[in-house]
Amino acid sequence: MKELRDLTMARVGLGRTGNSISTKDVLAFQLAHALARDAVHHPLDLQLDLALRSAAPDRSTFLRRPDLGRVLSRQSRDALLQYPGPFDIAIIVADGLSALAVHRHARAVLDELLPLLDSAHWSRAPLITVEQGRVAIGDEIGSVIAAAMSLVLIGERPGLSSPDSLGAYLTWRPMPGRTEAERNCISNIRPEGLGYLRAARRIFALLAEARSRKLTGFELKEDAVLLGGDQSGAV
Amino acid sequence: MSYAAIAAGTSYRFNDLKTLLAKATPPRSGDELAGIAASSATERAAAQMALAEVPLAKFLSEAVVPYETDEVTRLIVDSHDAQAFAPLSHLTVGDFRDWLLSPAATGPVLTAIAPGITPEMAAAVSKLMRIQDLITVAARIRVVTRFRTTVGLPGRLSTRLQPNHPTDDPGGILAATIDGLSLAAGDAVVGINPAADNVATVELLLRLIDRLRETYQIPIQSCVLAHVTTQMEALRRGAPVDLMFQSIAGTEAANTSFGVNLSLLDEASQATRELRRAPADGNVMYFETGQGSALSANAHHGVDQQTCEARAYAVARRYRPMLVNTVVGFIGPEYLYDGRQIIRAGLEDHFCAKLLGLPMGCDVCYTNHAEADQDDMDTLLTLLGNAGVNYIMGVPGADDVMLHYQSTSFHDALYLRALLGLRPAPEFEEWLANFRPELNLLEQASACFPAI
Repeated sequence: MKELRDLTMARVGLGRTGNSISTKDVLAFQLAHALARDAVHHPLDLQLDLALRSAAPDRSTFLRRPDLGRVLSRQSRDALLQYPGPFDIAIIVADGLSALAVHRHARAVLDELLPLLDSAHWSRAPLITVEQGRVAIGDEIGSVIAAAMSLVLIGERPGLSSPDSLGAYLTWRPMPGRTEAERNCISNIRPEGLGYLRAARRIFALLAEARSRKLTGFELKEDAVLLGGDQSGAV
Repeated sequence: MSYAAIAAGTSYRFNDLKTLLAKATPPRSGDELAGIAASSATERAAAQMALAEVPLAKFLSEAVVPYETDEVTRLIVDSHDAQAFAPLSHLTVGDFRDWLLSPAATGPVLTAIAPGITPEMAAAVSKLMRIQDLITVAARIRVVTRFRTTVGLPGRLSTRLQPNHPTDDPGGILAATIDGLSLAAGDAVVGINPAADNVATVELLLRLIDRLRETYQIPIQSCVLAHVTTQMEALRRGAPVDLMFQSIAGTEAANTSFGVNLSLLDEASQATRELRRAPADGNVMYFETGQGSALSANAHHGVDQQTCEARAYAVARRYRPMLVNTVVGFIGPEYLYDGRQIIRAGLEDHFCAKLLGLPMGCDVCYTNHAEADQDDMDTLLTLLGNAGVNYIMGVPGADDVMLHYQSTSFHDALYLRALLGLRPAPEFEEWLANFRPELNLLEQASACFPAI
């Protein structure tokens, strides 16, 4: 005979006092919410080759103005112009809605992914970080440096059970105006979800397929890969 | 035609009705994002003064979204009941607020005029109303609907039991359902958001809840909130569809982005009714809405998000739905920034829907990137209880582990019922009275569903 709690990760069978939830379970919820809140406001602290910023000057503006998170600041655009392409791929790591996810998982994913790309002789743009960035910032970056594809690794909207979930968005011929239906997404990258090595292999397989078919989006399908659309709320 | 007001010695001009409505709207991030919000507090106050002077009849001649290109506008105009409107026809928006708050506007009177009120009139007057006004008027209006339970009766508060699971695991969904039933949740509907929008999942989950219902003779109705076309296919294959669900919005273009239109909803409503699972005069549709959906689909036509939301209620009321709720804080801080904005929006949505004659509930909720927390949800929950909301959500521990947002818990509903002396739907209450916890539903369910 199983208990309710063995059957779901949902908060079932909570302790009760009167009509209210017991102190222990209330505090557990508050901690989970605190972790998710801190993840949203965690600053980006990853050092790669080139550090850029979106046009959103701070977190509060970023949350209110998703449009500003999709374009570079003037300074960052100027900095990027120093790196004329073409490249096979631009890899961009953006904080999105959880810099904590980037902090914890981005380097580990890159450590698995970069050797796969290098052994297949992909030419890579400098590795870029973007502060206050949304998924579509990869479109402007990719078009400025003439990258055939962009890969954006980005912190997904934190849930109470997953404050540090990383998403990977692939876009063929990135340019401003691309829609979500023209991308592929691999979601929930973290040790408790999709592990680093499996994530890197799936990203690489999709990248290779996209390059050979010259497209990304709903027409590019891979078994067990969530296709198209915004799986993270980070767009 | 343009509108004008003089505020503190400065003259303000507003080019058309939709501009006036947007500028008169209490602050929210979505209208700022759209670039249509008032540029200062004074401009907003001036817009509200100008709006108060607009005759209600003006809303019948100046459409905020063109009649020719938008089927929601055509629905609003073509279904307007001039006779029901007659008692209001001499009023301005400001007069309308005063009348709504007067003792003359009793529940029966408000019910009688509902077909004469357009969404834009409801939205307009709500922009002049404070929170206590929104509560005072809404609390007078009862909208009662029936399937196996009767929802919306005076002195009652129902809940949608929302037993979502990240992989649609039947055992997990059943565990959350049983947890909710044992805490008196589920009398509005047992409504599951599936992680996978496909026919097989819809059919599996509908059969699961239907079997539980039949085994224990529970007066509940079920719903799997997949896209309407997915549910229709499941229905054609013989799945036990009680309520037919769809998310809807207030412009044709936004509905197109949801993959629906009125003709498709007509077909779905008719097919569900023809199953005859509901009583003959019963209700079979379930709609969800939320401020910001039209803007997020880039389909708002320069109309503020609260007016767009009210227009969605015109779509809903065409189908005499069993349930309608706004998912108020789900959309995120770029539309409703913080607890303050979410609370006001929830009460506006509830008021406008009730004024238009809908059985309105509310998903009192927020995401983790909004400036909100459980205290804000408790506040909105308590206010809505006083406003006479038909139902709220019941999610295990308020934490939806599939959709990754926070709503209200089974315990939150128990709190509200105890505080305000509210009871569940009568049929469900009777079942609960005979419900013996020592029966252990889980043990019996395990025997019934060997997979668990």
